[in-house]
Amino acid sequence: MSGQSRQSGQSGLGGQSGLGGLSGQGGQGRQVLAGARERWVRTGGVELCVAELGDASQPTVLLVHGYPDSKEVWSEVAAHLSERFHVVLYDVRGHGRSTAPTPLRGGFTLEKLTDDFLAVADAVSPDRPVHLVGHDWGSVQSWEFVTVRRTEGRIASFTSMSGPSLDHFGHWIKKRMTRPTPRRVGQLLGQGAKSWYVYLLHTPVLPELAWRGPLGSQWPKILRRVEKVPAGDYPTPSLRTDAAHGAWLYRDNVRARLRRPRADAYAHAPVQLITPTGDLFLSPKLYEELELWAPQLTRRTLAGKHWVPRTRPEQLAAWIADFVRTHEDLGLSSAQGAAVARPKAAAGRHADRFGGQLVLVTGAASGIGRATAFAFAEAGARVVAVDRDADGAARTAELSRLIGAPAAWAETVDVSDEQAMEKLAEKVSTEYGVLDVLVNNAGIGLSGSFFDTTAEDWKKVLDVNLWGVIHGCRIFGQQMADRGQGGHIVNTASAAAYQPSRALPAYSTSKAAVLMLSECLRAELAGQDIGVSAICPGIVNTNITATARFAGVDAAEEKRRQKKSSRLYGLRNFPPERVADAVLDAVVKNQAVVPVTPESRGAYLMSRFAPRTLRAIARWEPRL
Amino acid sequence: MTSAVMSELSAELRGFREVQALAYECAEAVAAQLRPGVTEREAARMQREWLRERGVRDWFHLPFAWFGDRTAFVGFRVPLQFFPTHRKLEPGMPFILDMAPVHQGYTSDIGYSGCLGLNPVHDRLLADLQTHRELILREVRERRPLREIYESVDRLMVRQGYANRHRAYPFGVIAHKVGRIRERRWSPTVFGFGTQALKGLAGDAIHGHRDGWSPLWSPYRFSDHPPQPGLWAVEPHLGFRGTGAKFEELLVVTDSRDPEQSAFWLDDDLPHVRRWAEDAV
Repeated sequence: MSGQSRQSGQSGLGGQSGLGGLSGQGGQGRQVLAGARERWVRTGGVELCVAELGDASQPTVLLVHGYPDSKEVWSEVAAHLSERFHVVLYDVRGHGRSTAPTPLRGGFTLEKLTDDFLAVADAVSPDRPVHLVGHDWGSVQSWEFVTVRRTEGRIASFTSMSGPSLDHFGHWIKKRMTRPTPRRVGQLLGQGAKSWYVYLLHTPVLPELAWRGPLGSQWPKILRRVEKVPAGDYPTPSLRTDAAHGAWLYRDNVRARLRRPRADAYAHAPVQLITPTGDLFLSPKLYEELELWAPQLTRRTLAGKHWVPRTRPEQLAAWIADFVRTHEDLGLSSAQGAAVARPKAAAGRHADRFGGQLVLVTGAASGIGRATAFAFAEAGARVVAVDRDADGAARTAELSRLIGAPAAWAETVDVSDEQAMEKLAEKVSTEYGVLDVLVNNAGIGLSGSFFDTTAEDWKKVLDVNLWGVIHGCRIFGQQMADRGQGGHIVNTASAAAYQPSRALPAYSTSKAAVLMLSECLRAELAGQDIGVSAICPGIVNTNITATARFAGVDAAEEKRRQKKSSRLYGLRNFPPERVADAVLDAVVKNQAVVPVTPESRGAYLMSRFAPRTLRAIARWEPRL
Repeated sequence: MTSAVMSELSAELRGFREVQALAYECAEAVAAQLRPGVTEREAARMQREWLRERGVRDWFHLPFAWFGDRTAFVGFRVPLQFFPTHRKLEPGMPFILDMAPVHQGYTSDIGYSGCLGLNPVHDRLLADLQTHRELILREVRERRPLREIYESVDRLMVRQGYANRHRAYPFGVIAHKVGRIRERRWSPTVFGFGTQALKGLAGDAIHGHRDGWSPLWSPYRFSDHPPQPGLWAVEPHLGFRGTGAKFEELLVVTDSRDPEQSAFWLDDDLPHVRRWAEDAV
């Protein structure tokens, strides 16, 4: 019964049916998958609705949807991928426009779903293995496809998101039950609580009634509110039947597999695991020992909730395309007998989180900015290094490429110049894309008593330290918000933002403003999944001292003080690399205010619990 | 300077040049034998044995070998970490061989950086060391205080985007003086350093302390003096995110007024210099 396919109702070899919107039964999802060619694949008593996009001579990427969904959940991702690949989507049996098995009970076992997959794969790509992508239940079943023997050689790669293998899950639970350490019990209880809906779906009739009743009508609103899925033509009108039929996915498989998980569920294809950190239904701990089951595992982490195909399509498409390309090239080179050299993946900290993302750092020609650019480059991000110093920025970009950035560019811009920033933003968005992370780091130092600080000095320091940040946040932040797929803004404030000092009135003022700006912006952008962090480094060994302005002294004295303070900062010798690590951590954890050096942490603590001590310290004048 | 003094000097320099060439020959021979799986200890022993077979009996310091991120002294806290470990060499790993043999009373101190297979970061570091070699010579000829030259090198490194790793050496030195050593039948070492060489260094330190100079070229105040005539083993060491590269060779400083003669590298026919010349072509 497996693998039998029939192209029904279509003429021509390719099963072309013209525009998807012009044909087909049911009438759902017409505009959602614009330009799709449709065909019907008959297998095991059901007819599956298969849609194809893109050039059929390109590698085939097969997208499998989850519960309660239909193939239209992939519409955004598919649109991005179809520019480069032959994208195939199908409605799982009983979902969307595919027919349901009769009877429903026993019709949704993983074995039957594997038959469906093989039938579709044979129909759309008879000669070449396909690249499998699954979300939610699509991923659960794809894990079955990729771990059973009969699909060997049919799958070139597998990208999994938000759907563990039931067998791995079964072993995961068993391990934690048989040797329950406190940590393991915690993990078990945590996932147990997240699986509440699974228990409900095992009750008879109730889920069907709920979906046909209030849950079905409220679902789009729930998705929008809880999952922040953008409004539009998703979910499709078939939702109620999808959800009712799909309940059998759980009933037919979950108990059986969790009770007796297969012992040989090893993946025979390379796997890319994309873990959304904010998934309400699945704990990231589920994948702790996945390397045991999938030897060729690439991990990715995404800040997002469960429905990432709707909320983060660009990022998913980029990672899928990257993974497919890598394994397509590998497959070709091994087929030609050439030595298979696995391209060196970026190995730095948080490479799973920042791989392929676009990061812009201002003040990237030296110090903390340069170190931050390098840290992101090591994590595999694409880096735009911005600075007034063209040579320094170029150098940063060049070295970034050497240590793992797939691409890096240098831009010479003065952040205090609004027009230049506008132009930069325009160029970045057209040539490189919308930023995933923005680091507003450029800043200058200014020391001297308040009365020695001229209006000119004030203007200069506020222009760079404050207006530079404002321009960056406003122009690039707007682009991030418009894209609506999250992002992060990091602003470099300073310990001087909460530690007053008679020696740094202008500098501290500018940095305090940056700190408050970051806090306000964080509140405003939280609803759009854009995080904002303020970094307060403290005394870090960078060249800010060597270029700082000392108000109220002549040039020779200024030179001497620059030298002296540089020496002192050198003695303190806190490396900018550690600040860069703090920046990456802040983005990953979405921290609001991050003091870095011990003195900065101490001052931050004191600013809250012992502000008078800080005020006393502020009266001390450092002798340089 | 009379010609007699000059020829005496050049005879002496020839001795230093020969032992430096010998040491670099050793470095190249050992580097050619390095394979994946060789440990730092084995590499150090290979250097020691190679030089012993060729008549080296005393050391300024015993050979060192650093592999992988140890070339950038990542996580070094105590001096004992400089000594070779059981770290194994892997493909693509950078390595540094550093040895200071004494041969017929002449001391040399060299550092050789390489990598097993391809490592673009390492290549870049090595290429960027060229400007440091030029900078040091230029500023020594200008008779600038050693501390200031140290800071210039530091600034150049920062501009290049690298970290100063010679700071991790004892006293943070970028260079130290070497001289002739009397050959003894028994030449023990203490913590890897030859006692005779240490004696010479200590003697220099005492003399220098009286006259206001130091045999250690450091970032500290005791190096705030113009270059002292003699032979300096100069070892700028760059580090960049877990990859390190250095060269070390002898710089001759004289009291000549002719800038060309006042300071020059003992030998320009060295692996890293040849490499730069090849890259330039």
